[in-house]
Amino acid sequence: MCLAIPGKIVKIYEENGLLMGHIDYSGTLNSVCLAYVPEAEEGQYVIVHAGFAISLLDEEEAQKSFEAWDDVSEQLKAEGYTIENEPLSEKNKT
Amino acid sequence: MKYLDEYRNPKIIRNIITQIKETVTRPWVIMEICGGQTHSIMRSGINELLKNQIELVHGPGCPVCVTPLELIDQALEIASRPNVIFTSFGDMLRVPGSTMDLQEARSQGADVRFVYSPLEAVKIARENPDKEVVFFAVGFETTAPGNAMAIHQAFNENLTNFSELVSHVLVPPAMEALLSSPSNRVQAYLAAGHVCAVMGWEEYEPIAAKYKVPIVVTGFEPADLVQGILTTVRQLERGKYKVENEYGRAVSRAGNIPAKKIIHEIFEITDRKWRGIGTIPQSGFKIREKYAAHDASLKFSVSHMEAREPEICISGEILQGLKKPDACPAFGRECTPEHPLGATMVSSEGACSAYFRYHK
Ligand code: SF4
Repeated sequence: MCLAIPGKIVKIYEENGLLMGHIDYSGTLNSVCLAYVPEAEEGQYVIVHAGFAISLLDEEEAQKSFEAWDDVSEQLKAEGYTIENEPLSEKNKT
Repeated sequence: MKYLDEYRNPKIIRNIITQIKETVTRPWVIMEICGGQTHSIMRSGINELLKNQIELVHGPGCPVCVTPLELIDQALEIASRPNVIFTSFGDMLRVPGSTMDLQEARSQGADVRFVYSPLEAVKIARENPDKEVVFFAVGFETTAPGNAMAIHQAFNENLTNFSELVSHVLVPPAMEALLSSPSNRVQAYLAAGHVCAVMGWEEYEPIAAKYKVPIVVTGFEPADLVQGILTTVRQLERGKYKVENEYGRAVSRAGNIPAKKIIHEIFEITDRKWRGIGTIPQSGFKIREKYAAHDASLKFSVSHMEAREPEICISGEILQGLKKPDACPAFGRECTPEHPLGATMVSSEGACSAYFRYHK
C-alpha cells in the first residue's frame, strides 16, 4: 500500500462533497481524492497513497536536486573522473 | 515520464555513488525506515554497490509486517460474522493469522472485499444499508489521511453501518524505540519520504538532537536514495546530526496541513503493539470517542483477543535491523512469498520478500 509513484492530474471533479481527480500513471487512469491538495490544478503531478493524493510535486524543488547533482558531476570532473551525463537543471542547461 | 526518468538515470546514480565512495572513511550503519525504500534499494542493487562503504539495515516501515497477529485474528473474527462485508487493502488479504488468512476466510464464505481506497468501503456502506461494512485501517502516517477521511465522511452522512478496525502506527516513536535499545547499531536514518509528505519533518528534530543521529528525509527512486545516503554520510563524516530534506519536491517542513487536521480530528495517539517488536508507548492512532460509533473493535467487541507468533520466524529482529532475512533458517525453504510464514515475507515491502526477489 506504500509503493507510490507520481501521477498527472488530468481532470478535477467533485463527488459526495469531496474534491476528486482522474490521475494518469503513464497511461493507466485512476480516480483519487484530492481533498488534501485543494490547490491542485489539472496538469500538475501528485503522489497518491491508497486513493488519496498526499502531496503536490513542486517543480522548483525538483530543480534544486538537479542542481545538486550537477554540482556532484562538476566536483567529480575536477577530481579527474570522466563524467558522461549532461547537466540536468534548467539553470545549467543554458 | 516526468518526475521518474531523471530519478532513474543510471549515469546520475553512478556519479552519486562515486561521490559516496569518495566521502566515506569508515563503514557506517544506516537504516532506511520504509519498506518501499527497502524494495527500491534491493531492486536497484544499491546495497551491493555500496557494500564496502556502508551497511544498509532495513527498518520496520512496512505496515503489513508490523500489524500484530491478534489484529489479523480480530479481522478474521469480524469477517466471519453474518451480515458483515469486510473490506481491506489487497496486501492484507494474504497475511497469515493464527489459523488462516482473509483470503481463506473468503473461500469459506466470508464476504471479504479488496479495495484501493477507504472511500470505496464507504461507498459499499452507502449502497448496503442493511449490512455492516468494516474497513481494515492499517498503515503508517501515509494511509492515515485516507482512513481518517473515510470516518469523517461516514460520520457526516450518518452511515452508522460503516466502521474501521484500526491498527495505525507512527514512525517517530519506533525510531526512538530502536535508538534507545541496548542492541542498537543504527547510526543514521533515511526518513520515509511519504510519511514526511503527510507529517512534515519537525518531529524528527528532537530525535536527531537527543540521539545524535543524522536524519535525512529521502524519496523512493534510486537517485533519491543514493542522494539521501550521500547527505547522510557527509553528516556522519563531519560529526553532524541534523534533519535534512532531500525530497523537497514532495515534502515540506510542515507537511500536509489539511491532512494533519483531519487525522487529528478523527484519531488520538495511543500505545500500539508492533508485530515482532512489542508495545511501543504512544506509537499509534486510535479513533476518538466522538467517532466511537465507527470503531469496529468496540462495535464487535474483539479487542480482548490475543495471539502467539510462530516460533521459527525472526521477523521481529529483522524489523529492528538486528538481523538480515537470509539469517532466518526458514528463508527460501519453508518460507517463500508463495507460502509465507511471517508478515515480512507477505508484503512486497517486507524485507524478506525483497531479499527473496532481488538478493542473489
Ligand atoms: S523468512 Fe519467513 S519465517 Fe523467516 S523471518 Fe522472514 S518471514 Fe519470518
